[in-house]
Amino acid sequence: MIVAERKPYEEIRAMLAPYKKVLVFGCGGCVTVCATGGQKEAEILAEELKLTDAKDGVSREYVVKTVERQCEREFLAEAASEIGAVDAVLSLACGAGVNLLAEAYPKPAVLPAMNTTFLGVNDSPGVWVERCKGCGDCILHTTGGICPVARCSKNILNGPCGGTHDGKCEVSDEIDCVWALIVKRLTETNALDGYRRIVPPKDWRRGGHGGPRKMTREELIK
Amino acid sequence: MKSGSNLEKVLAAGQFAVTAELGPPKGSDLEVIKKKAAFLKGVADAVNITDNQTAIVRMSSMAAACAAIQNGLEPVMQMVCRDRNRIAMQSDLFGAVAGGIRNCLFISGDHPKSGNHPEAKIVYDIDSIQALAMAKRMRDEGKVLCGEEIEGKMPLFIGAAWTPLGDPLEIRPLRLAKKVDAGADFIQTQAVYDIKAFGKQMKVAGDLGLLDKVKILVGVIPLKGVGMARYMQKNVPGVTVPESLVKRLKDAGKEAAPEEGIKITVELIQKLREMPGVAGVHIMAIEWEHRVKEIVEAAGLLPRPTV
Amino acid sequence: MAEGESASWRPRIVAFCCHYCAYTAADLAGAARLQYSPSVEIVRIPCTGKVDVIFLLKAFTSGADGVYVAGCLDGDCHFISGNIRAKARIAAAKNLLAEAGLEPERLEMFQLSAAEGDRFRLLADEMTARIAKMGPSPIAKRATGE
Repeated sequence: MIVAERKPYEEIRAMLAPYKKVLVFGCGGCVTVCATGGQKEAEILAEELKLTDAKDGVSREYVVKTVERQCEREFLAEAASEIGAVDAVLSLACGAGVNLLAEAYPKPAVLPAMNTTFLGVNDSPGVWVERCKGCGDCILHTTGGICPVARCSKNILNGPCGGTHDGKCEVSDEIDCVWALIVKRLTETNALDGYRRIVPPKDWRRGGHGGPRKMTREELIK
Repeated sequence: MKSGSNLEKVLAAGQFAVTAELGPPKGSDLEVIKKKAAFLKGVADAVNITDNQTAIVRMSSMAAACAAIQNGLEPVMQMVCRDRNRIAMQSDLFGAVAGGIRNCLFISGDHPKSGNHPEAKIVYDIDSIQALAMAKRMRDEGKVLCGEEIEGKMPLFIGAAWTPLGDPLEIRPLRLAKKVDAGADFIQTQAVYDIKAFGKQMKVAGDLGLLDKVKILVGVIPLKGVGMARYMQKNVPGVTVPESLVKRLKDAGKEAAPEEGIKITVELIQKLREMPGVAGVHIMAIEWEHRVKEIVEAAGLLPRPTV
Repeated sequence: MAEGESASWRPRIVAFCCHYCAYTAADLAGAARLQYSPSVEIVRIPCTGKVDVIFLLKAFTSGADGVYVAGCLDGDCHFISGNIRAKARIAAAKNLLAEAGLEPERLEMFQLSAAEGDRFRLLADEMTARIAKMGPSPIAKRATGE
């Protein structure tokens, strides 16, 4: 899923300052799965904002709504009347949803309540970790399913570097050295012969360095 | 001769090589280089010029290497993969050769998190092994990565780093093999204090046929005291300091510990000279450049050969 | 009257009480005719594990000056660990209150057994005194136009 975290409260307060009627807009997709931007979180944020408004003597109206996903126009349309009735939408969707919202509804101010961070998985209750960088050229079949592009702090394709200590990355003791994991996996599955092959330099265009990307399914285009 | 550099010649002649290290200034002050060069002249066959080591901004290795040449040293330029993409790296290599630099060491580079600009965007467009292959192609085929021809020659003696006692231990000889396959002519290792453990890794490297293909210079870092020994053990990945050495430093007492540290370094160098496959030493005297000469001398390695 | 109370203002406190322990203790207090603060409005819930952060925040935005959640002692929860989850949620809610600009002490979690009628009385009075000292919540202030 796409993982996003709610922005610091003060930043959100500052963003809302010019607006009088705000839609606190939750998303039922990824941000619900990582428990930061779904219906629950949208309602909680709205209540917090009301409390602070009362304390600061600010008069502002809030509407709260959550749709299935904010990355699809049809779902956004379900909130069309609410969106039309406010002067700002505080979206708890990831950056993609916020972009689409702004594109589909140019009138209200569109404010991001979240900082979108990474593509990841739920490692254990309450913990989400980065697992994919969207590099557009997956090599997981050569590394036992463990990604060096996403998990090596130096994006090394012929790793490990000399910074590994006790199986951890030079950058932090909390980060596993992914190459130590890959080597272990390849050793356990008797696939270490591939290790000696020199992986050539990557074409980073497929990873977004050639400009914003697009994907199409021709047969679905109307 | 691949580059005609002094280091290459010394190694080709079968002499035990000595390299040292010079950290460029945190600014434009050439006096710093002049001073450090004075300590190292005639003491080493070539001197490594670090490249924004520990991700702290310093004068670029290329510029400082050119200044080193002007101060009578033969430099080993260092190029990290952290700050430059393949375009900049190849471009800088053109400039380096034009400036008279003949030795270049390719390394990954310390992550910015430990430096003075941790917010910087990392590059790591290519890794150190891909960089070695790139440099070899430039020199031997006269081509850049995309296949276009280079105007002029690229005489370079290509170096790589090795952390023989790094974690995971079993993969380190194989990674060395990759570096040799990619094109490394010489290797400089991370600091070694545990001769026995290092010997084991060298044996594996020998079994892989690597010792005939590459010249290995073993890293030595003189210890100033127990504190430094403990720090290295704890904080520098791939460095283990045997308790026996720590004890010697402790028993020497605080005042005499630095002298004992120098003694230990000289002993290490002597042991390494006897180890098959070791072609030289790389002395990294951190903030102790003025004592490199006495170490090299005590180890019986002065005067340096003229080849 | 507790310190801070005036003729024009009494604290409004909502107490979410679990059926098995806290509410039973409240019943016991009632049966024993123990007097406790009339400021406390009890809401019976099957288990404190039912409490969601949103209930607590909405209680405040609806005008409560203080909120507490009363549940079973560790190990006594009828649903095994509802009270443990509740503790974590109340802690998280306190952080949100602080973030929003309210004193986190306006919210509390208490644990007691079904037999502790007198303790129920004590906790109710304690919380009332605490809130009375803090004064009305900003929402309440706004409502009364103070």
